[in-house]
Amino acid sequence: MRFYEYESKALFERRGLPLGRSRLAHDADGARAAAAEIGAVVLKSQVLSGGRMKAGAVKFADTPDEAASHFETILPIEVNGQKARSVLVEEKTPIAQEYFVSVTWDGRAKKPVVLFSDMGGIDIEEVAEKHPEHVSKTHFSTILPITPRIAKEAVGAVGVTGGELNRLTPIVFELMQLFLDFDLTLAEINPLARLEDGRFIVLDGHVDMEAEARGKHKALLEELGIGEDETRQARPPTSFEIAGRKVNEADHRGVAGNVVEFDGDLGLVIGAGGGSLTLFDAVRNQGGRPANYCEIGGNPSVKKACELTKLILAKPGVEKIAVMMNVVSNTRVDIVARGVIKGCIESGRDPAEVIAIFRIPGAWEDEGFKILAKYGVEYCDRSVSMYDAAGRAVAKMGAQS
Amino acid sequence: MTILISSETTFIVQGITGREAVNLTRENLDYGARIVGGVTPGRAGRDIYGVPVYDCVRDAVERHGPIQGSIVSVPPGFTRDAVFEALENGIEIIVIVTENIPRKEVAQMVELANLRGARIIGPNCLGIISPGEAKMGGVGGPAANTKQAYTKGNIGVMSRSGGMTTEIASTLTAAGLGQSTCVSIGGDAIVGTTYAELMPLFEADPETHAIAIYSEPGGRMEAELAEWVKANDSRLPIVAFMAGRFMDEMKGMRFGHAGTIVEGKEDTTAEKIARMEASGISVAERIEEIPELIRKRLSEAK
Amino acid sequence: MPALFIDVRVADDASKDGALAKKLEEVCPVGIFVATDAGVEISEENLDECTLCDLCLEAAPKGTVQVIKRYEE
Repeated sequence: MRFYEYESKALFERRGLPLGRSRLAHDADGARAAAAEIGAVVLKSQVLSGGRMKAGAVKFADTPDEAASHFETILPIEVNGQKARSVLVEEKTPIAQEYFVSVTWDGRAKKPVVLFSDMGGIDIEEVAEKHPEHVSKTHFSTILPITPRIAKEAVGAVGVTGGELNRLTPIVFELMQLFLDFDLTLAEINPLARLEDGRFIVLDGHVDMEAEARGKHKALLEELGIGEDETRQARPPTSFEIAGRKVNEADHRGVAGNVVEFDGDLGLVIGAGGGSLTLFDAVRNQGGRPANYCEIGGNPSVKKACELTKLILAKPGVEKIAVMMNVVSNTRVDIVARGVIKGCIESGRDPAEVIAIFRIPGAWEDEGFKILAKYGVEYCDRSVSMYDAAGRAVAKMGAQS
Repeated sequence: MTILISSETTFIVQGITGREAVNLTRENLDYGARIVGGVTPGRAGRDIYGVPVYDCVRDAVERHGPIQGSIVSVPPGFTRDAVFEALENGIEIIVIVTENIPRKEVAQMVELANLRGARIIGPNCLGIISPGEAKMGGVGGPAANTKQAYTKGNIGVMSRSGGMTTEIASTLTAAGLGQSTCVSIGGDAIVGTTYAELMPLFEADPETHAIAIYSEPGGRMEAELAEWVKANDSRLPIVAFMAGRFMDEMKGMRFGHAGTIVEGKEDTTAEKIARMEASGISVAERIEEIPELIRKRLSEAK
Repeated sequence: MPALFIDVRVADDASKDGALAKKLEEVCPVGIFVATDAGVEISEENLDECTLCDLCLEAAPKGTVQVIKRYEE
């Protein structure tokens, strides 16, 4: 879950990382007042995406009026499809050199890694490609105490020495601690600037918190004003998606209801993790138009499968649903069959009509198939591949439109 | 020969009295597993389908002597401690079923396992099966269903998805290709054992003639596998199925496992397919193409 | 909405047995049996959650509890 720049900086500030003076502006008057207080400023769109500079969403202002006018220009700009929430008005500082530092997970080494470069401000992947000697990668342990020597090694590895090394080390060390303490998946400062007077200052940075750890850091999130419905993905959740999450949370038994909205006519009740990805591809490849993505698994209750089915059937434009999974081990075929059939009936629809195909082979399939046969639902066993089952559902959609 | 486990492997189930653990204990026993004990604090003295329950792993080891494995099926908040307990009591192979464990804790478990010379499979996985020999975890479900999907043979299977492990095995079985060992490695961003880390074991197993893997967007695991295959001039033909191709158009959205989010340029399906193909791994468009591709690769190798 | 798939019947005499009611409530993993002062009541809402585990059949004297799959009727 990505934090806005101003939220990231609020987190940095708690740990004493050096920041320029700044104010968050929600309107042009706010920007004007901030500039009047601070002096020469930079205005930066608060948006959950990189590439702000390129999009024209970062501007410099020498006077309060200029700041107000830039605010109006910047706020409506979408950066990579993301809308701005507000504008950060920050002190403009004379920079001698820019550095890069980030802490992230290395899934291969299975350890956190510090990336440090004395060529900050630009795309780090590009620096790593063209000037590998200017980027250091330093892994560290999660079970031994972390100490400043790791930060020192990270900084020293690119040839930084002298007073600079000694001033950078605590900043990098603090970022490492922050990363672990708040269960972050990324803590990045770019650029980290050395000013002409030799001081270091965080110009821009952002952090990502692991979704699984949100519960552990409720107090922090509340303090920063991050609501529980904010998923901070590539786009905000729709009301359909929020309703889906409630279906999932209302009952602890299994998973059903983590939906992603699309605008098609074929509702999908699919699972599990990998099976859903496979089936979604299969539907699209054969010309189907999914109304949603979802995942069921972990043996959800009848009620949960029923509520998910009702939610999908209530979505405008949904004509039919396809109920499909890979061969199941712990999820039970008969329980899912009961749930979706019940969901259809409670929605006032005929399961035989509205369920385009039911393809869930595996645990308790004989019992499940009896139920499906009784209600006249078309079903198939494992001899029909996931791809072909999806194809059958898509073919039925074609026939009716 | 099998990898990781054999019919001789003894193991315990940590969290044995939980709803899902009771289930998988039954399923594993029915498949012939040698479960010597279970652990749930405060429940010592009970038994689950004849398996004695202990308060601590130490007590199980004292009673039964050295134990090789453990299935950990406890809530996410307790998993790290349960795994540490297993590691500090000499357990060598640990299957972590639990999902939603923060990455930091997974990293800590893996780091201690490395120090102790032990191996972790998972988290968020269904475990290991060597068809006809042994299984450890929920893979395949009830014994009868497991026998329907998995048959003994010469194909190794590795999958980030538990469900797709069985789907692939079932497809191979239907096509007359049995499996040597199938490993559900888990869907999280950090897992105890990756594809590339299992490869040396398969490579050394004379019963394994080819490998099938399930693959999805996110992470660097396929890139690591591709490098391993090239660097080690592997004797094993590999066929990969790539799911989640639609995600390439939807960067920054999370679908499926915690490990599947397209963040950088290396973790799209297009990039992964290109890397794998460049290292000689065949990539199937659909699951049902896997058996045919494997047969083709095996006949070319002769 | 009434249950669609499962029906559970307890013989008249047995349904007034307080001890049996408690036992049934305890063994059912999905809360189909509710022990009351009058004996055992069936939770209509939970009927369809029945996992066919047969634990209630094992807990009660033979023939006093019946689990009926309505989809087989």
